[in-house]
Amino acid sequence: MSLSSKSSDLKRRMQEALRGGGDKAIQKQKATGKLTARERIIALLDAKSFHEYDLFVEHAGRDFEMSDKYLPGDGVITGTGTINNYPVCIFAQDFTVAGGSLGYMHAKKITKIMDHAMKLKIPLIGINDSGGARIQEGVNSLAGYGEIFYRNTQASGVIPQISVILGPCAGGAVYSPALTDFVFVVDKISKMFITGPEVIKTVLGEEISMEELGGARVQAEITGNVHFFAESEIECFEQIKKLCSFIPWNNLKKADPFPKKPPRVRQYSLEKVFPTNPRQPYDVKDVIRGICDDSDFLEVMDLFAQNIVIGFARMNGYTVGFVANQPLVLAGVLDVDSSDKAARFIRYCDAFSIPLVTLVDLPGYLPGVDQEHAGVIRHGAKVLYAYSEATVPKITVITRKAYGGGYIAMCSSHLRADFVFAWPTAEIAVMGPEGAANIIFRKEITEAENPDEMRKLKIKEYKEKFANPFVAAAYGYVDAVISPEETRDMVIHALAISADKKVDVPMKKHGIPPF
Amino acid sequence: MPNSEKSKSLNLKDIKSDESHEGIENEVFQTLMIEDVKYKTRLTKKFLNRKVYEPVDPKKVLSFIPGTIKKIYTAKGKKVKVGDKLVDLEAMKMLNTIFAYENGTIAEVFVKEGDMVSKNKLLILYK
Repeated sequence: MSLSSKSSDLKRRMQEALRGGGDKAIQKQKATGKLTARERIIALLDAKSFHEYDLFVEHAGRDFEMSDKYLPGDGVITGTGTINNYPVCIFAQDFTVAGGSLGYMHAKKITKIMDHAMKLKIPLIGINDSGGARIQEGVNSLAGYGEIFYRNTQASGVIPQISVILGPCAGGAVYSPALTDFVFVVDKISKMFITGPEVIKTVLGEEISMEELGGARVQAEITGNVHFFAESEIECFEQIKKLCSFIPWNNLKKADPFPKKPPRVRQYSLEKVFPTNPRQPYDVKDVIRGICDDSDFLEVMDLFAQNIVIGFARMNGYTVGFVANQPLVLAGVLDVDSSDKAARFIRYCDAFSIPLVTLVDLPGYLPGVDQEHAGVIRHGAKVLYAYSEATVPKITVITRKAYGGGYIAMCSSHLRADFVFAWPTAEIAVMGPEGAANIIFRKEITEAENPDEMRKLKIKEYKEKFANPFVAAAYGYVDAVISPEETRDMVIHALAISADKKVDVPMKKHGIPPF
Repeated sequence: MPNSEKSKSLNLKDIKSDESHEGIENEVFQTLMIEDVKYKTRLTKKFLNRKVYEPVDPKKVLSFIPGTIKKIYTAKGKKVKVGDKLVDLEAMKMLNTIFAYENGTIAEVFVKEGDMVSKNKLLILYK
């Protein structure tokens, strides 16, 4: 055969493989409002940056007449490319080919690109759209999932791992996304669950739709399994691009700095967004925007446990992770969900050398039988563990209330914050003045002629004495009491001088965090 | 190849960073009581839908797992002793027998054989 006929043979083979599941299957995919796997990769990556590998891989099914079937690429597309010049390894399951089901070679392709990502120390993005295990390939499908989970775990904290759920992701398949750093979902398209509505109906007699059981909104609002919720696939890709601009390629690198920009103070001046009345709720996201570069804050898990706010922003051009109590929702308390949310984010930032800025304004922990029985002790402990363990620069700003255990947990100097700043409005105390006065002056109050008057008097007394930052400052637990408008400069300076921070940690294999 | 200089000049689209919360001053807030202080704030759906604690009632026999009632060994008015079989509840392909954990008389049986029951459904009530 001549070179040209060899080339045309290659072209023919490629065309056949690139057709995916064929026109009919592609039409069906589009009818449900979804892009095809290859379209998704093209939309997400920089133009012409995608390079595909393993296009000619064939499936390994031998039983149930599978050997006669041709499944292009075995239902998954793998390759490398860039996102705003940020290198990534990527795979996308192709639902048009055998429902994107995972067989032996399908899994091999995924694990191969995962191994590449680990070797090259660059991020991994996985687009999930699959009916699940390929039943015909039996135990080899299970082996495939197991191999993926193992690699997810090994890569955790070494390279960023991003999962994008753009279709069904059910049964064992959900555990790969769950092991990765960030999970993206799209309304009406993403569906995640361990056991589907049909199984639930036959076993338990409970009827529920797929959307209500594990749709995108449920996963974003109720379960906390996912981190970013979008209305469309294109919006989802924009979110991924934005996230990639904030995080480093691997745990030995730092995120690329951006040109520094001041906050947009006209819209987000602290004067405007922070109320003078200490009982008035406010949106802490506006305070973050009033401090960070260009008022540009990328919130993570914005729909789940809204009583705490986490996300990425830049200070003087450098990426930081913000953790902030949200007085607007549940008064900003710590509870089971908000503890889980904050703790995992803190560990993410620590793993990838992203400094932490913590804004504190919380009345304490959420009371309730449901909280205690859900293990708020164990969950709350995660925050203490994560902050104590973190060795990245840690800057804390106490804006208003910092009471009791909440004060300790929110990156106090005792958990080794490098700098703790407090606004003059800060109230750092063992508990709120009302509660404290009722305990300390119980006798005086009950024995007074007018107990209510006495209670008010004692609360006022306690407030004047203790509801301020100066008692804590007198012991050196607060490094500086600053006015709000100084905050940005103080934080930027603190971050700049902690850039080479090194902490000696005791020799150990790993700790045992309260999972 | 990746080039960090290039990425600096990127003009990334703003995502959700422009939402402003004007009007908070006019919002009518709910209250949350913590340590004798009433806080004005928003309450979440999850918080409002939280399970209200019910103390354990020794007169009630509940299903500890969702499943199907396979067999009922007792009936209204019958006396039972600790350790007597009450019902067989099949769940997750396993047959579980629920035994009496108190002596007493059955006031009511709320299920029949073949019924599918959810978790914590009242099966039997003692007098």
